Amino acid sequence: MPPESLRCKECKTRYPLDARYVCEQCFGPLEVAYAAREDVDVGALRRRIQAGPPTIWRYADFLPVAPPNRGLAPGFTPLIRAHRLEERLGLRELWIKNDAANPTHSFKDRVVSVALARARELGFETIACASTGNLANAVAAHAAAAGLDSYVFIPADLEEQKILATGVYGTRLVAVRGNYDDVNRLCTELSGERPWAFVNVNMRPYYAEGSKTLAFETAEQLGWELPDRVVAPIASGSLFTKIARGFEEWLEIGLVEGSLPTMNGAQADGCSPVAQAFAGGHDVCRPVKPDTIAKSLAIGNPADGPYALELARRTGGTIDSVSDDEIRAGIRLLAETTGIFTETAGGVTTAVLAKLAERGDIDPDERVVAYITGEGLKTLDAIRDGVVVEEIDATVASFEAGVPEAVAA
Amino acid sequence: MAVTVKIPTQLRSATGGVAEAQVDGTTVGEVLDALYQQFAELRERIAEDGGLRRFVNVYIGGEDIRFLDGLDTEVGSGDEVTILPAVAGG
Repeated sequence: MPPESLRCKECKTRYPLDARYVCEQCFGPLEVAYAAREDVDVGALRRRIQAGPPTIWRYADFLPVAPPNRGLAPGFTPLIRAHRLEERLGLRELWIKNDAANPTHSFKDRVVSVALARARELGFETIACASTGNLANAVAAHAAAAGLDSYVFIPADLEEQKILATGVYGTRLVAVRGNYDDVNRLCTELSGERPWAFVNVNMRPYYAEGSKTLAFETAEQLGWELPDRVVAPIASGSLFTKIARGFEEWLEIGLVEGSLPTMNGAQADGCSPVAQAFAGGHDVCRPVKPDTIAKSLAIGNPADGPYALELARRTGGTIDSVSDDEIRAGIRLLAETTGIFTETAGGVTTAVLAKLAERGDIDPDERVVAYITGEGLKTLDAIRDGVVVEEIDATVASFEAGVPEAVAA
Repeated sequence: MAVTVKIPTQLRSATGGVAEAQVDGTTVGEVLDALYQQFAELRERIAEDGGLRRFVNVYIGGEDIRFLDGLDTEVGSGDEVTILPAVAGG
């Protein structure tokens, strides 16, 4: 299914497959359009995928670039049945897609791999990004692996772990005094003036395609079946909408049967422009000034907000938000019941999952997949206060006097 | 009341390559109307139903006008108005 062109999602104007992201006619976003598939041999296609590498490149038929012959190898992360969390929430079948198990510990490795591969095809020597943290890690690491120069722009108040885990790769790390939306505006301006591939600006149509692999993997790991419901975080809305796009592409060609899952989006109360628009019945999002511990989701002006709203409504889903305390509780709930330690964004997703279950939105017979997109070691401050350590002398008496019996949570 | 308007690369085919324009106006709406008079084609690219298309961001001094008074936001001489696509990031 070779890519044919870039196409405006709004007015359908087509453009060549170069470094551009905006329709010049109506200012709408561009996405990759593929040639139509005809006479697909589904069995042969499945076998080709299964014979592919254990990375996102096993789905190269559905991506806009040729698999690169070097670089990090993201994807094919574990899909884990969460029996204990099912019991806790009263669900029948819950799976956790643990995308912290990527080279730089978040789903951003998927999107950066695709954007970087396209940037190389187009002859760029420098890649760049505006990041809330996880993307910074990924761009710096993938640039290092590929031998490209990189510039990474972040808000100056980012978590220390994400700053250090970016700088170590030898990128040019630029901390901008402002929030993510200020960083994004700056990079949007710079992308017009510099000969760089900004992965989430002028390379965004290619970059976004990488998130489809989360859907492909989920379906393959479920035995070529779809979940009934998906819970995923929303920052810009790109991940959320591209997961659904991945399922749709496989439904269209018959690799899976059924219908698109119910799509539930998750945001933090302190940055919930899409959840607010959903609740208010609006088609567009009013931007907000983020104030939340979930910094990786702190985009106050979400580019794909309108499409995320449309998707949630079309599939009978919702877009909910949760408080910082609920996010911390969500991180602990996931850790204590699955052994997976996620960052604040995963706390948002888990907390929204719990909220949906409590509210009775989830039919007990449903198969649910929750997307955990990042690693807890990157946002240690979020759980610092809740961790209890018993300090004792190195004697049995001190142990027996000082340490209460262990209790499984 | 001369205001500087910065025009993104994606719209410069409608401005003959001009990247920065000086126009008069006391609000963002007036400034944009003055800009459309200079470059008629810009109107259909970014305006819709008397407002802006949904993927157009407009800033004054770096602040999104939706945090101010929208198109009614007042502008003064020397202010810089920036038009940018809203479809980046994330």
